[in-house]
Amino acid sequence: MNEQLLLGLADDELVIGWRDSEWTGIAPMLEEDVAFSSIAQNEIGHARAVYELLTDDADALAFDRALDEYRCAPLVELRLLDWAHAIARRWLYETADEIRITALMDDVPLAAKINREETYHRMHAEMWHERLRDEPRFRAAVEELWPYALGVLPAGQREALSARVGLPVVDAVERGMHTDELPELWQEMTMVRRSAPAGTQW
Amino acid sequence: MVTEAAVWEAFGEIADPEIPVISLVDLGVIRSVDVSDGRVHVEFTPTFLGCPALEVMKRALEEKVAELGAEADVEVVNDDSWSTDKITAAGREKLRHAGFAPPAPRLVQLQSQVHRCPYCGSTETKLENLFGPTPCRSLRYCESCRQPFEQFKTI
Repeated sequence: MNEQLLLGLADDELVIGWRDSEWTGIAPMLEEDVAFSSIAQNEIGHARAVYELLTDDADALAFDRALDEYRCAPLVELRLLDWAHAIARRWLYETADEIRITALMDDVPLAAKINREETYHRMHAEMWHERLRDEPRFRAAVEELWPYALGVLPAGQREALSARVGLPVVDAVERGMHTDELPELWQEMTMVRRSAPAGTQW
Repeated sequence: MVTEAAVWEAFGEIADPEIPVISLVDLGVIRSVDVSDGRVHVEFTPTFLGCPALEVMKRALEEKVAELGAEADVEVVNDDSWSTDKITAAGREKLRHAGFAPPAPRLVQLQSQVHRCPYCGSTETKLENLFGPTPCRSLRYCESCRQPFEQFKTI
């Protein structure tokens, strides 16, 4: 079991869960408030389950690390408050995530369970993709985020993503560096944890 | 001395924290119960990984075993062994009776999108939202009796 790969997966799920939850209450329609909130809840649940493969204290791993110890891909860090970009990221992320998760299923039984739930995320993402695919604003958002999407996957899985998305493999925005948008999110998501004494029970 | 049958029976009294019309046994989340030397080993499989009720369920199992005078050791098994097909026939009926559409069997869902209204039984229903108030539910609308309803997702 490749621990760095699993840590990257868990960090991706945690951070995209936070980003998706930013739409709660302000999505363009009520159904999407519910959808983004529910998807966010699932993603954070997946993060917790994967952290538990790596440690006995998932909260500590999720929230007690320094910023530069997070292994998330830059794609999930971006604060995207434009609907075309938000949907483009959901679609690109779920497409990449399917390739990554299904490749893990033989070795990691949890991956198959995650994959069952992700089916609904894909249905949601594909529905929006089908609806917006010819809109110039959506196409531009997909192209802008494409190098970031490639960075979600190890090099050996990028051709598969390229075939699915229909864009060529280019230089990726790689995991390991962080965008300028992560520090503010890190402050927010670790705030309660940092403000409470160690060992606090909720 | 506590027996496995007594533990199963006691677990049948634990209501699902979010859908209290069915028990954890109906829900199919208890994979095994094994009693040896007065200790009760329980294998428990979560439904949806992000479900906030999981901790409550785990604690309820421990408390129930304590009531029987034994000590529980609840192991959470995060593999792929639970699907909505594990919900028992009795559990499905209880859900339907409470106005809550039970999940379509996986084979039905994969081949044809049949979803039955829990109120009038019509299959003339349409999807309103894949997502609902909890991770396990979608929202549908019955065209026959004009009733919106919650549909347990098939996974």
